[in-house]
Amino acid sequence: MDELVIDVAGLNKHFGDKHVVRDLALQVRKGEIYGFLGPNGSGKTTSIRMLCGLLTPDSGSGTCLGLDVLKDSAAIKRQVGYMTQKFSLWDDLSIVENLDFVARMFGMADRREAVDRAIDELGLGGRRKQLAGTLSGGWKQRLALASCLLHRPRLLLLDEPTAGVDPKARRDFWEEIHRLSAAGITILVSTHYMDEAERCHRLAYIAYGNLLASGTADEVVANCRLNTWEIAGDGIHGLAERLRQLPGIDLVASFGTALHVSGTDAAQLAASLQTIQAETGLSIAPVAPSLEDAFIHLMQHTADPLGH
Amino acid sequence: MTRFSFARWLGILIKEFIQLRRDRLTFGMIVGIPIIQLMLFGFAINSDPKHLPTAVVMADPGPFSRAWVAAMRNSDYFTIVGSVDERQATALLERSEVQFVVTFPPGFNRDLMRGKPPTLLVEADATDPMATGGAISVLNKLGAEVFAPDLPGLRPPAQPLVDLRIHRRYNPEGVTAYNIVPGLMGVILTMTMVLMTGLAMTRERERGTFENLLATPATPLEVMTGKIVPYILIGLIQVTLILLAARWIFDVPMHGNLLLLYAVVLIFICANLTLGITFSSIARNQLQAMQMTFFFFLPSMLLSGFMFPFRGMPEWAQAVGNVLPLTHFLVLVRGILLKGNGIDMLWAQIWPILAFMAGVLTIGLKTFRKTLD
Repeated sequence: MDELVIDVAGLNKHFGDKHVVRDLALQVRKGEIYGFLGPNGSGKTTSIRMLCGLLTPDSGSGTCLGLDVLKDSAAIKRQVGYMTQKFSLWDDLSIVENLDFVARMFGMADRREAVDRAIDELGLGGRRKQLAGTLSGGWKQRLALASCLLHRPRLLLLDEPTAGVDPKARRDFWEEIHRLSAAGITILVSTHYMDEAERCHRLAYIAYGNLLASGTADEVVANCRLNTWEIAGDGIHGLAERLRQLPGIDLVASFGTALHVSGTDAAQLAASLQTIQAETGLSIAPVAPSLEDAFIHLMQHTADPLGH
Repeated sequence: MTRFSFARWLGILIKEFIQLRRDRLTFGMIVGIPIIQLMLFGFAINSDPKHLPTAVVMADPGPFSRAWVAAMRNSDYFTIVGSVDERQATALLERSEVQFVVTFPPGFNRDLMRGKPPTLLVEADATDPMATGGAISVLNKLGAEVFAPDLPGLRPPAQPLVDLRIHRRYNPEGVTAYNIVPGLMGVILTMTMVLMTGLAMTRERERGTFENLLATPATPLEVMTGKIVPYILIGLIQVTLILLAARWIFDVPMHGNLLLLYAVVLIFICANLTLGITFSSIARNQLQAMQMTFFFFLPSMLLSGFMFPFRGMPEWAQAVGNVLPLTHFLVLVRGILLKGNGIDMLWAQIWPILAFMAGVLTIGLKTFRKTLD
């Protein structure tokens, strides 16, 4: 089961004098759902484009589906399904025309059957002649997924597939992703949503071209060595600003009726919180740090060379 | 209703200026177009062309024939390119290398001395009536001026000294449609081919569908050629429509081989498509592709000899015009349709189009690679 579908190391990419991806190393196992996280402009899209052969890395080495990422980009494209961040099917083609075109591009022998099956699975049989541009966001996303599955790829690369999609459609989408994973398809998916990150088998966190953390969600949280406390009560309003000034407190996150206060230095954090409790009398209790706490911590501790 | 707010209005004004400044190409057009138009209309265009290349067929050298040639030269309308025999003269006219051929018959000097008006044959390439009009009217006045000092009182002034026969070759009635309709073919092809291909590629990029296309195994060559071929067909349909109209509505004579014409059209279409593809790989969006097309279209209309006689332009403008495929295409189409030229006559105009294509293609391939990576 430990067959590696993606195994790259030292991938670099520059655009002009911007170093967009720096020494990226990534190992993804067969059938795994691998979450790819990081702030905007962190090089996620560029990394995905390098993996599917759209961009040639400036340096680095590795394989994707056992093929060389530097030399075999044409062969990789044939076995990879890539779903772009922005809807990139043709608005002025109908659903069936879009799928048919993609099937032709991949030179499929059983084109008609594949397209008909995809439309049936989508449940769009009655609207096959509708123009893709007139579909709602959720349907566009489903159509885009169907079109990248058409040529039965062994690896799916999904670039923020659920941006702008409602919660119900998102949930259905993830059910589908897990079904595909169970069928042996490997999936690399980039996202900004924590609930989606928690649905992945393993995660990687990338910021400004650097890979900062990787592993299962629990491993990522544990590796951050964060101590988190929850402050709850009526007096938390306006407390966050004060907390940020105190020693040992790296992170304050507001959750409606509670505040999550985190820091890496356990002793200092506890001392600062004791002062606060003495002053305000709020209930303060240790909690397990969430994935979100871990990510925000990672994000804050990375210098942004581009000044985002 | 809300009152007109000066502050709000100013905000919109400022935003518009900022955006205008960011869009360098549009800004360049705003400044560039008026300057180019001023240069073209002010200096390049001349509807009364002078210094037209003229060949002389001299069967009777003598003082009077020499005086006549000198007078033609002095009129500024004619530039004598040399003395040739009849066969060469016809070839020069067919290849559009000269505008006029003047034939002095045997006994020209003798007849003139004897007071018998000799025949002077002037053949004009009248495919473009506008180009020859001024020069012909000068010719008619020339007789009296040249010989009056040498032959005083020999003739009553009312009677002409020379029997001037002017043959307006290829277009005896001086019908402008004979010139304009074939020319229009080139203008329409230039416009649609460059614009359509320019938009076809930038549209994919603007909508983000280009990325999807690149993610498939399709190669750049497949994408490029696959996108071009439909426009070649559209171009051929346009040409056919214009030819049908030329034949049945405007009665334009068709002396040449139509297959040859289509072959020439195909070369011309390819040159324009190459330019369109190159524009589309440079332009960031559809608007820029459109602006670039316009930037190319303007000199093509004005400097190619379509609207104004090519030979009426100063040398720098002719040099610019000679780079444009339309200039050569016009000579080719008029040559085939009106003069019935064969393939041996056409090469001189075909290679400049091919050279243009090669040059543009080089630029296009260089920029195309950049946009992929």
